[in-house]
Amino acid sequence: MTTATTPTYIGARVARKEDPRLITGDGTFTDDVTLPGMVYVSLVRSPHAHANIRRIDTAAAKKEPGVVAVLTGKDLEATGMLPVFITVPNMSGSKHMPIAADKARYAGDAVAAVVAETRDAAKRAADAITVDYEPLPVVVDATAALEPGAPIIHEELKSNLVFTYPVKGGDIEKAFKDAEVKTSLRIVNQRLIPNAMEPRAVAARFEAGELTLWSTTQIPHFVQLIASLNLGLSQNKVRVIAPEVGGGFGSKLQVYAEELLVGYLAKTLGRPVKWTEERREGYLATIHGRDHVSDLELAAKRDGTLLGLRVRTVANVGAYLQAFAPGIPTILHMFVVPGPYRLPAYDYEMRGAYTNTTPVDAYRGAGRPEAAYLIERAMDRLADEIGMDPAELRRKNFIPKDAFPFNTISGISYDSGDYAPALDRALAMADYKGFEKRRAEAKARGNYRGIGISSYIEICGLAPSKANAALGVGWGGYESARIRVHPTGAVQVFTGTSPHGQGHETSWAQIAADALGVTPNDIEVRHGDTFESPGMGVGTFGSRSLAVGGIAVHKAAEKVREKVVQIGAHLLEASPADVVVEGGKVFVKGVPEKAKNFGDISMAAYLANNLPEGMEPGLEATVYYDPPNFTFPFGTHIAEVEIDGETGAVRIVRYSACDDCGRQINPMIVEGQLHGGIAQGIGQALYETAVYDENGQLLSGSMMEYHVPTAEDIPAFQLDHTVTLSPSNPLGVKGIGEAGTIGSTPAVANAVIDALSPLGIRHLDMPLTSEKIWKAMKAAGEGRR
Amino acid sequence: MAHVITVTVNGTKQTREVEPAQLLVEYLRDTLRLTGTHVGCDTSQCGACTVLVDGRATKSCTMLAVQADGAVVVTVEGLATDGELHPIQRAFSKEHALQCGFCTPGLMITAIDFLERNQSPTDADIRHAIEGNLCRCTGYQNIVSAIRAAATEMKTGAARPRVAEVTR
Repeated sequence: MTTATTPTYIGARVARKEDPRLITGDGTFTDDVTLPGMVYVSLVRSPHAHANIRRIDTAAAKKEPGVVAVLTGKDLEATGMLPVFITVPNMSGSKHMPIAADKARYAGDAVAAVVAETRDAAKRAADAITVDYEPLPVVVDATAALEPGAPIIHEELKSNLVFTYPVKGGDIEKAFKDAEVKTSLRIVNQRLIPNAMEPRAVAARFEAGELTLWSTTQIPHFVQLIASLNLGLSQNKVRVIAPEVGGGFGSKLQVYAEELLVGYLAKTLGRPVKWTEERREGYLATIHGRDHVSDLELAAKRDGTLLGLRVRTVANVGAYLQAFAPGIPTILHMFVVPGPYRLPAYDYEMRGAYTNTTPVDAYRGAGRPEAAYLIERAMDRLADEIGMDPAELRRKNFIPKDAFPFNTISGISYDSGDYAPALDRALAMADYKGFEKRRAEAKARGNYRGIGISSYIEICGLAPSKANAALGVGWGGYESARIRVHPTGAVQVFTGTSPHGQGHETSWAQIAADALGVTPNDIEVRHGDTFESPGMGVGTFGSRSLAVGGIAVHKAAEKVREKVVQIGAHLLEASPADVVVEGGKVFVKGVPEKAKNFGDISMAAYLANNLPEGMEPGLEATVYYDPPNFTFPFGTHIAEVEIDGETGAVRIVRYSACDDCGRQINPMIVEGQLHGGIAQGIGQALYETAVYDENGQLLSGSMMEYHVPTAEDIPAFQLDHTVTLSPSNPLGVKGIGEAGTIGSTPAVANAVIDALSPLGIRHLDMPLTSEKIWKAMKAAGEGRR
Repeated sequence: MAHVITVTVNGTKQTREVEPAQLLVEYLRDTLRLTGTHVGCDTSQCGACTVLVDGRATKSCTMLAVQADGAVVVTVEGLATDGELHPIQRAFSKEHALQCGFCTPGLMITAIDFLERNQSPTDADIRHAIEGNLCRCTGYQNIVSAIRAAATEMKTGAARPRVAEVTR
C-alpha cells in the first residue's frame, strides 16, 4: 500500500462547508419541516411531581375545534417502553412509557396528548383536558430518596436505589494509615439544564408503508432502531433524518417519548404530524445533567505525594432511567476521577437514586466534569493544608510521560500523555509568577483576586465494542463511513456520525481530501439520514466522532485511494509503488506531465473494460471502524478572577488554557469547541443551577430564572496547545468536544475560593453567584467596610 | 377576527390575512415560510428570532404580526443582495462565529443594527450589544471577533450594505 503524501488539508484552518446555508437561512431544522395536511401535537404534562392519575376527562377536549385525536397512556401501550442502553450490575431499571398511565413521577411527566389541525388548536384542546390527580409525598433530594420511609417512585422496585457501583484499586486502608495529611470535603455538583439553543422537535410522515421521522437527535440510527422495534415496522421502512440540529450537548442523545409518539401518530392517523417543544416545556421534559453529592477523603504525605482517595457519591437520576443514565455517573465518571495523577489507592462507591425530578442523563462532559471537579477541588484543598503551591502539587503527582500507556488504579489504560508541558505553557500564558502583585493591587482597590488551576484528563473515543460489552453498554462502539466516487470523479462521504454544530462536513472532507489527493471542496459529506448512511451509525456524543467516525472516514478513503492507485498503475503501465495521487491527478512519480485526472480513473472504474485483472468495477468503500482503546485528551486551564469587595460579583479577568487533543484536523474548529466548552463550564461555576422546591416544582423553569451565560458574562480566552499523538488510531487524534467544559469549571471555582481564602473561606458550592459570595464575605466579617 | 396586513419583507410587499394573536415570528415562519428566523425560547431571552423592523433589531416573538402592518422587515434571508453576502455574513463564516447556526441569524441581525449606531466599537461595546442574544456553542469569542471584523470592513464605505438603506 502506498503511503499518503504529507497532509495538505489535515491541520489546516479550512473554512466550514456548513456555513453558507446557515448564514443565509437556507438550513432546514426539524421545526422547519412542514408538510401538506400536517397536524400538530400538544402534550398535557403533570403539574404534580408525584401523583396517582385517577381519571382523565378528555370529552371537552375532543369537542374543541380542529381536534383530530386525544390520547392517554392507555392508548399508547403499543409503543412500548423507552430504551435504556446501559445496564450496570444489579441495576433496578424503571418502567418508562412515553405517556404515563398510572401515575406521574415528576412535574412535566406527560399524561395525555392532543392532535389538532394547528398548534394553537392543539394547545387549546390540551388545556381542556381535566386530570383527576391524587397527589403523593414527594422526594427531590437523592440522599433523602435512599432513606427508609422515603416515597417510592417505582413501587415495583421496592426502593429508590438504582444501583451501587464500586470501583476499587490498591490498599486504601494502608493509604489512610500511612497518611501524614488527610483532607476531606463535601462536593456538590449541582444539577444543570443543557439549553441547546434549538428546542427539541419531531416531525413524521407515513406513506406507502414507510415512516419518515425528522428529529432533533444526536443518534438517528438508534431512533430508527427503537422506532422500528417499538412501532412494529421493518427497519428498512423507518427512515430517520436528523437535519440541521441546533446544538445538543447530550440533551438530544436519547430516544425520547415524543419521537415514538409522533411516529406512532403519523402511522395510525395517516397524516404528517409535528411536535415542537416550547422552551419552558423543555426545562421540564428534556433531560438534565450532573446532580451529584460526594464526600471525599484524600490521603497524602506532607510533601504532597498522593496516597489514596476515598469517595462516596449519590447521583440523582431523576424519575426514570434514560438511555445512557446508568453509565454516566459510573463508567464515564469513576474511572477517570484520579485524573492526571499517580494514585496508589482508590475506593469509590456510587449510588444512583430515583427522585421526583426530571430525568438526568448526559450533559456536555457527562461524568467527567464531575470527576475533574472532585479531584481538582481536592488538590487545591490539599495544597492549602500543606502550604504547597497548587501548580507544584499537581506537577509532583503527574503521571510521567515515559509511563504511557499507563494502567490506572481505576483499571483503565491511558493511551498517551505529557502533562507537564501543558501546565507550564498555561502558567506562562497566565503570568502565574506575577499573580501575587495583581492580588495586592486588587486588594488596594478593595477587591479580592484569585487564581485557580485545573489539570484534567478525559476519556473519549467511545468505545471499543468489547470494552462496551464488559461495561454493560448494550451496543458496539464503532463508527461507519462510506465513500462513493461517482464516474465523473465527484466524491461523497457518508458518515454514521451525526453532527449538530461540530463541523464534521468540513473535518471529514479534510481527512478524505488528503487521502484522495483532491480538495475539501471536491467532497460532499452527508450525515444524519439513515437511508443514506453506510448502514448503522452510532452517533455523535462523548467526543467520539473524530477518534472513531473520522478514522472510519480515513480508512474508507485509504481503501478508495488504494484502488485509484491500482487503476492508475494499470492505465499508466507503471508499478503501484510509483504512483502518486495528488492535486486531483494520478501520475507516475517524476512524470507529472503524463498525469491522468482523478475523474479519468473513476470513469475507468465504471467503464470497467480496462481494469487490472480480477478487479471489481466501481469506486466505493465502506468501513466499520472499531477502536482498540479509548483516547485520553488532557490539559491545564487557569482562571484569574476579581471579586468586587462590596457586591461579591465575580469577574473573570484572565483565562488561559493549554489543551492537548492529539493531532488537530482543523485548529479553527478545535478552538471553537474549546471556547464553547469553557463557556459552559464557566456557566456551571458561576451562574447555572436547576432549583426544585420541596414539592418537586422546578423553580428555575425558564431562561428568566436559569441563567444561560451571555456575552458579557464570558471573558476572552487565551488558548495554546501541545500535541501528544494517540497511539490508538492512525491519525493520532483524541477528541475535543468536551475538554473545555471539563477543564474550566474547577479552574474558575478554585480561583474564586483562592480569592476568598484571605477571609478564611475554604469552600463554597457552585454556582458561585455574587449573592452567595456576598453572604460568605459578610459571614466572614469582611463584607462591610 | 382576522386582519389584513401589508408588510415589506426583504424588499417585497406582502399582503396577508393574519389572526390577531399571531406573533410576528409566526407570521414570518408559518405564513411566509421564511424559516431562517428561529424560535429558541418563549420568554424573549434568547434572541434567536431577532429581525430588523424598520431598521431596528427586534425580537419578533415580542411583537404581534398586526403591529408590523406597514413596516419594513428584513430577515436573514434578506441580508445578501444580488447574491453578494452582507459583510456580517462573511465575517461570521470567516471568524468561525457559528457552530450549530441556530442563534446565528438573530445575532447577525442584532450586529447589523448595532454597527449602524456604533461604527468603531470596542469588544466591551460588542459584548454589551449582543447580551440579548444567547449562543450556547461558541462561547461568544469568535462572534465578537466577527462583529469587530465586519465593523472594520463596513467602515470603508464601499462595503456598506444595502440592507440598511432599504430599511431606513
